[in-house]
Amino acid sequence: MKLDTLGTLAAHFALLSLFAIGGAMAVVPEMHRQAVDVSHWMTDRQFADLFAIGQASPGPNIIVVTLIGYQAAGIPGALVATFAMCGPTCVITYYVSRTFDRFKHAHWRIVLQAGLVPVSVGLFAAGVFVIARAADRNLVAVAITLATAAVAYWTRFNPLWLFALAGTLGYLGFV
Amino acid sequence: MLAPHTARRYHSHMTDLPADPPPPPANQNTPVPPPSLSELFRAFFSMALHGFGGVLPWARRAIVDEKRWMTAQEFNEAFAVSQFLPGANVVNLAVIFGGRLHGPAGAAVALAGLLLPPMAIVLTLGALYGRYGDIDALQRILAGVAAAAAGLIGAIVIKMAQPLLREGAGALVIAAAGFVAVGVMRWPLPYVLLVLAPLSIALAWWVRR
Repeated sequence: MKLDTLGTLAAHFALLSLFAIGGAMAVVPEMHRQAVDVSHWMTDRQFADLFAIGQASPGPNIIVVTLIGYQAAGIPGALVATFAMCGPTCVITYYVSRTFDRFKHAHWRIVLQAGLVPVSVGLFAAGVFVIARAADRNLVAVAITLATAAVAYWTRFNPLWLFALAGTLGYLGFV
Repeated sequence: MLAPHTARRYHSHMTDLPADPPPPPANQNTPVPPPSLSELFRAFFSMALHGFGGVLPWARRAIVDEKRWMTAQEFNEAFAVSQFLPGANVVNLAVIFGGRLHGPAGAAVALAGLLLPPMAIVLTLGALYGRYGDIDALQRILAGVAAAAAGLIGAIVIKMAQPLLREGAGALVIAAAGFVAVGVMRWPLPYVLLVLAPLSIALAWWVRR
């Protein structure tokens, strides 16, 4: 049973990582589908919670994968999921980036790179939408999301203060 | 120790000089010796621990401003490649930077420095969550934090979308289509990419023809 879960984690994240265009956020909708709807590793609410824990911790966004793996199969799950998510793409990056340097000014490379930007923006937005839908269960939560986005966009506040404020509002029972 | 890749790095920088913006005064000093494996590990370790809400600004600060291991131009180019290739951006950046300096060992060391501290932290928090996650007070706090976390990454999307305005209406339509297909309709990502990526690349070619 547990080995089954580890196998699913490895296959799912290794495959998914290859479609992570523009970063880890692009594959959040697929992670959510697998973790909540297909494998039932967690509820919608737990997914939002784990994502929040990942965001409130230092480190790259991709670290949410470690938490999903942990929730699914403990420490082995965390290691397998993280390794599957990073391993294949790191090997690709290592080798492709070296050849890619040679075509820095090639027209095809400029076109390819520019062409993927709109796609990655759309997928990032889709990832945000899925997270927001899991996290925003009432109007106060929606307001917190919008207010945080506005503050983070226009100011350079340390995000930890925003988390502390939102956590306090939650503790007081507003969310 | 000067790895061959390092030599190539400086060489390629020199040949690109006419296209470079004037370097900031700080970078006119003699080239900084390339970092050793342990320096590389410590640098990425410290970036990872500082990186609340994103590691990239810290990576730029450490690599370009503080250690001067790369010029701003070199950093931007490496980052563009790390964004273009599949996978997490900062993870790819660590592989590119570490790999250029010390080959596979450098890539592995930079990656370990970047991932091990956050993994240890989130595993601790994950264990606490597994144990105490059902407590009512913690659930209420997390409900607030989760809403804020969604907003924090929402702000990043707005910043990412701005350069698209210069690219024209077609790019905005592609981005909107990707958002609706994957985020709202929840269509499978591989199929959406299979249609949208070639379309978007064709559009980029058409605009630049």
